[in-house]
Amino acid sequence: MNRRVAASWFASLLAACALQAAALAGTLVVNSNASDPAPRAAWQALVERFQRENPDVDVRLNVTDHESYKRQIRNWLTGAPPDVVFWFAGNRMRQFVAPGLLADVSALYTPAVRAQLHPSALELVSDGGRAWGVPYTWYPVGLYYRRDLMSAPATWNDLLAACERLRARGLEPIAIGTKDLWPAAAWFDYLDLRLNGQPFHLRLLEGDIPWTDARVRSVFAHWRELIDRDCFARHHASATWQEAQALVYQGKSAFSLMGHYVVAQMPRDVLPRMDFAPFPMLRSGFERDEEAPVNSLHIPERAKNRADAMRFLAFVLRADVQEELNRATLQIPVNLQARPADDRFVQAGRAHLAGAARLSQYFDRDAREDFAQTALNGFQEFMLHPERLDAILETLEQARRRLRR
Amino acid sequence: MSKPAGASAASTLALLAPATVLFATFVLHPIADNVWLSLHDWDGAGAKSWVGLGNYRELAGDRTFAIALANNLRWLLLYALAPPLGLTLALLLCRTARGMRLVRSLFFMPFVISQVVVGLMFAWFFNGRFGLFDHLLRAAGLAPAALLEGDQAIYGLVLAGLWPQVAYCMILYLTGIATLRADLVEAARLDGAGGWALLRHVVLPQLRPVHFIAVMVCTVSALRSFDLVMVMTGGGPHRSSSVLASYLYEQVFTSGRYGYGAALATVLLALMSGIIVTLLWRLLRAERR
Repeated sequence: MNRRVAASWFASLLAACALQAAALAGTLVVNSNASDPAPRAAWQALVERFQRENPDVDVRLNVTDHESYKRQIRNWLTGAPPDVVFWFAGNRMRQFVAPGLLADVSALYTPAVRAQLHPSALELVSDGGRAWGVPYTWYPVGLYYRRDLMSAPATWNDLLAACERLRARGLEPIAIGTKDLWPAAAWFDYLDLRLNGQPFHLRLLEGDIPWTDARVRSVFAHWRELIDRDCFARHHASATWQEAQALVYQGKSAFSLMGHYVVAQMPRDVLPRMDFAPFPMLRSGFERDEEAPVNSLHIPERAKNRADAMRFLAFVLRADVQEELNRATLQIPVNLQARPADDRFVQAGRAHLAGAARLSQYFDRDAREDFAQTALNGFQEFMLHPERLDAILETLEQARRRLRR
Repeated sequence: MSKPAGASAASTLALLAPATVLFATFVLHPIADNVWLSLHDWDGAGAKSWVGLGNYRELAGDRTFAIALANNLRWLLLYALAPPLGLTLALLLCRTARGMRLVRSLFFMPFVISQVVVGLMFAWFFNGRFGLFDHLLRAAGLAPAALLEGDQAIYGLVLAGLWPQVAYCMILYLTGIATLRADLVEAARLDGAGGWALLRHVVLPQLRPVHFIAVMVCTVSALRSFDLVMVMTGGGPHRSSSVLASYLYEQVFTSGRYGYGAALATVLLALMSGIIVTLLWRLLRAERR
């Protein structure tokens, strides 16, 4: 009897393999990291729409949770790659472009398509004058603040004054949780963008400028003004960003420097009292450069079905498709002709990004991974021990020199 | 009944083969592969480039490596407290009284709980904002510690780890005490040996195999500590509570430095093997005597 069971099991296995081989003919394999419920459903709907428009293509959408995805993508790209992968623009993309793991998709960016995009958006998915991916969503980073506790600060002095007022009322003005390190990097990014501008910022993160430079020191000097005034929430080193946001919703803190994703988790009763403001300007007459983390799609160089993959990427660039996707996820479409969802945070974010002079990503997406990790640890140490600045900068400078080798 | 020597050697080989193949495939090969990888620079995506002992040279000047190594040694030293504490508990709980089974189960419970849960509980216990630990300190008129937020965070981690570790040692000793030879204890009593002398000269020598197991288990768990670090601090603040295992994980999976991570793994392996071989050697020598 056992043998019969084994035989029938084996037969069904063979049948399954045969089926799979048959399905591979016009199959487009898409590996996605959109594992949260809303984006997952939105992408499922988009894939169905793509199949209605392209009945000859059979899309297989594999969803992996975002943390495992980060660890697995290297194996996919170097082993048996899917036809389309979800990933991030900036250095995160370039680290796969350099060893030749991603396909050139410049052909998608016709003048007509280009006219629909922010010029900086194309720059973020380009390297060496060619495009390597398609941006589908991006979001602003800025001050999400309680309008019943403060008003939007326009200048550095406004920000310092707001801190002092809030402090006097017994609040911990700025909510931040640095247990996962990256929330501290947003402060570095913005101070550097506002004091030195995006071109300097990107060159610094690429490793072209020493970390002992006076302009870098000026960033830390401004940061220290906030630390010395006790503006940041206490115990931030053991708090996650979600735990820190709770302080804002409880009215114990007044604002935080965060991305658009915080809106989705704001409690309903607090939502009407929350508002968005750009990071204040630090120098008059300076251009407004902003952070705009971009999520994007790419085609592995060794994808089997590149033709259909290009069709899928062209589809995702379309204004009407980005509109449907970002309305469902309450995110901001990169295609400027896509109408944003009817939501004040989405609309404020869209206007904020459309009006920016130049764009950057997060520190840990613009800098190489190993350097970013060292820097992020340095930022957290600086927030806890500002007096150790010299030693921290020396560590960063050593890491930069290793980067340049 | 005796078999020809050739057949017996052949059957010995045949019987050893499956285990040998498995051991070679799943233990020896990965180790060799890891050592090979540690001689390269590799970001996990591009081509590997040969750097010889470059990764090891970099380790020598890496401040975080020194911190992680020191933390592993601190962990090791403090875990040496677990066997005596476990023995003390076992001696207190070995008598038969009403409800003793329940009390023993309660003391053993920490070992049954998953390390991740232990880590979460202690992270909250030590939390500087709402943790019970700081409330107790304040109630006692002391300054709050916010233990996990400063350079001393490693001690918070080891304390959390000691809780289940002591429970495990206690169980080991309880089983050891159950197998003590009653006649020897009886004879010692008749000879007038009381509490301390009885413990030192009659009970402890009989528990020698248990001492060995307890020390061995504590050593291994101290060196491979990882889950508590990841759950409670992630190695922070600013890597100050990193141990070798968490630092190598960070280097490989967050920083994408596969070769450097492999070099860290090799050092950890060498450290572990060195300590364990020394312990085993001492045990074998003691048994031979």
